Amino acid sequence: MKSFTYTRVTSNVQALEAAKVRGASFLAGGTNLVDLMKYQVEQPTSLVDINHLALADIKQDEGGGITIGALVRNSDLANHPLVRANYSLLSQALLSGASPQLRNMASTGGNLMQRTRCYYFTDVGFSACNKRNPGSGCAALEGYNRIHAILGQTDKGPTSGETCIATHPSDMCVAMAALQAKIEVEGRGGKRTIAFADFHRLPGSDPSRDTTLREGELITAVTLPAARFSKNAFYLKARDRNSYAFALISVAAGLEMEGSSIRSVGLAMGGVAHKPWRVPEAEQSLAGKAATPENFGRAAEILLHGAHGYEYNRFKIELAKQGVVRALTLAAQGTSEVA
Amino acid sequence: MSSNTEKPVAGNLSAELREASTESTDQDRRPMSREGSPCGVRQEELEPEHAEEVEELGRYGLLTELSRRRFIQASSAVAAALTFDMPKLLEAQGTENAASVTLNVNGKSQMLTLDPRTSLLDALREQMELTGTKKGCDHGQCGACTVLIDGRRVNSCLTLACAAQGAEIVTIEGLAKTSDSKDIADLSPMQLAFLAHDGYQCGYCTPGQIISATALLNEQSKGELSLVSWQAGKTERPELTDDEIRERMSGNICRCGAYPNIVAAVRAAAKEVSA
Repeated sequence: MKSFTYTRVTSNVQALEAAKVRGASFLAGGTNLVDLMKYQVEQPTSLVDINHLALADIKQDEGGGITIGALVRNSDLANHPLVRANYSLLSQALLSGASPQLRNMASTGGNLMQRTRCYYFTDVGFSACNKRNPGSGCAALEGYNRIHAILGQTDKGPTSGETCIATHPSDMCVAMAALQAKIEVEGRGGKRTIAFADFHRLPGSDPSRDTTLREGELITAVTLPAARFSKNAFYLKARDRNSYAFALISVAAGLEMEGSSIRSVGLAMGGVAHKPWRVPEAEQSLAGKAATPENFGRAAEILLHGAHGYEYNRFKIELAKQGVVRALTLAAQGTSEVA
Repeated sequence: MSSNTEKPVAGNLSAELREASTESTDQDRRPMSREGSPCGVRQEELEPEHAEEVEELGRYGLLTELSRRRFIQASSAVAAALTFDMPKLLEAQGTENAASVTLNVNGKSQMLTLDPRTSLLDALREQMELTGTKKGCDHGQCGACTVLIDGRRVNSCLTLACAAQGAEIVTIEGLAKTSDSKDIADLSPMQLAFLAHDGYQCGYCTPGQIISATALLNEQSKGELSLVSWQAGKTERPELTDDEIRERMSGNICRCGAYPNIVAAVRAAAKEVSA
């Protein structure tokens, strides 16, 4: 691990001030950052410990939604009465990720900032990684790409400085995408709100940037709109091991039902792209329709439109389509129970 | 094998073990951890057994043998330090960022001078002589380093020691009522259950398993959910079925594969605690 200075801050103002130092990083749960520092993938010169900021509350909003402080731990968020009752999709997604120990540490804001688990990114022994070492190429494209992207990736060949087929590893974020969360941030220039869909980026021509967060900006909260899917929600996660493993594909499916027909839908996928994958047209295609496998299948086709796999991850395309249909079917049944 | 091969419950076993333990002699006892010197290799005190050794060797003109042994001890400490990328070595060389950190572990506060890179795990093991907490992967993947911080289980390998200042830390050494390693009667219910159900083979992951399982019982008593609770449709105070135990213990890996006995131990301790 490279040497760094450690500063503990107790107010947002102090945090923003401390973050002015070149090479500074905020430290929250540290489950991803400290790990990557050990691998020397991350090399901050200064760590600003924000764990003592007053950002650890969950509040009911006047409009019916909730505000989740950036330092609310994943385990606390998953178990909060309001989340359990109204946003079970989020609780299921959170409890699908990591281990109890890691969920006790990991924060809401930190989870948003999680970096990819692409092996070629986390192992500095591989020189070609456009995310870690911009312009160096992509070792994953022709490497072992089982966990990699099938949607939204940049593929201009292994030596291009733009190629990146990394995926975003979070479960929490997939549920938040389906719930159309918003992210509150505070910077030296003031506060702003970022729609969830605009927070994470596709690699485009600059895979080194995961998010649209500006330098020195602090995530203070995530807000969820009034619950629509409290009765009909299912988070499906397909993985190589039944617990404590990252998703090959995951699906967050929420349905707002009106009798036997669908009024509105929240639908997003994880493990398939550089960001949680949500296509509003797929959701809209189900509005006013019956909850049938055929209709769900058509939504899956829209969501997976343009998917392109590689040697070791082609299976994901069919797995994802089947996963979308199954998650929507279980959501429609109004239970999180799996037979 | 009969269908139910449950071993005696922890409570009964504790009496047996307590009896057995009284047979061990005092010479097995090691001095409990002293206030360690803040950096580097601990200054060896000449304990009585060493004094005898010195006298014996001196009598035969073999004092060099003693220094050879000491050299081997010291060099293996260095080798171990290199293997585990110990910040201690850096500290010995001096580091510009060294900071004073006070850690509260098992109810005692101790001030340490640490490089900010030091993980809580390394501070416990290398500075505070609390080697019960184990280093497995050092990347938050195996759970061997699990400790309680303010009552919650966390991976100490991914916790920076300086970030743990001000928190109450409990390690495996802090679970029993006394620090007497031979007084089995004072072990926690979970420790006794692991003994009763043989919840280990090599034992390396065991401290992490026991700390984790201890936290598991607390979480379950507060009605916290796991993914299995959702999948089983039991979201109101879920009971600890074996599926629940396996899911809730999934952050602790056992390379020996002692999982069936670990599940049995947790199941038994849960019954004992709730009874």
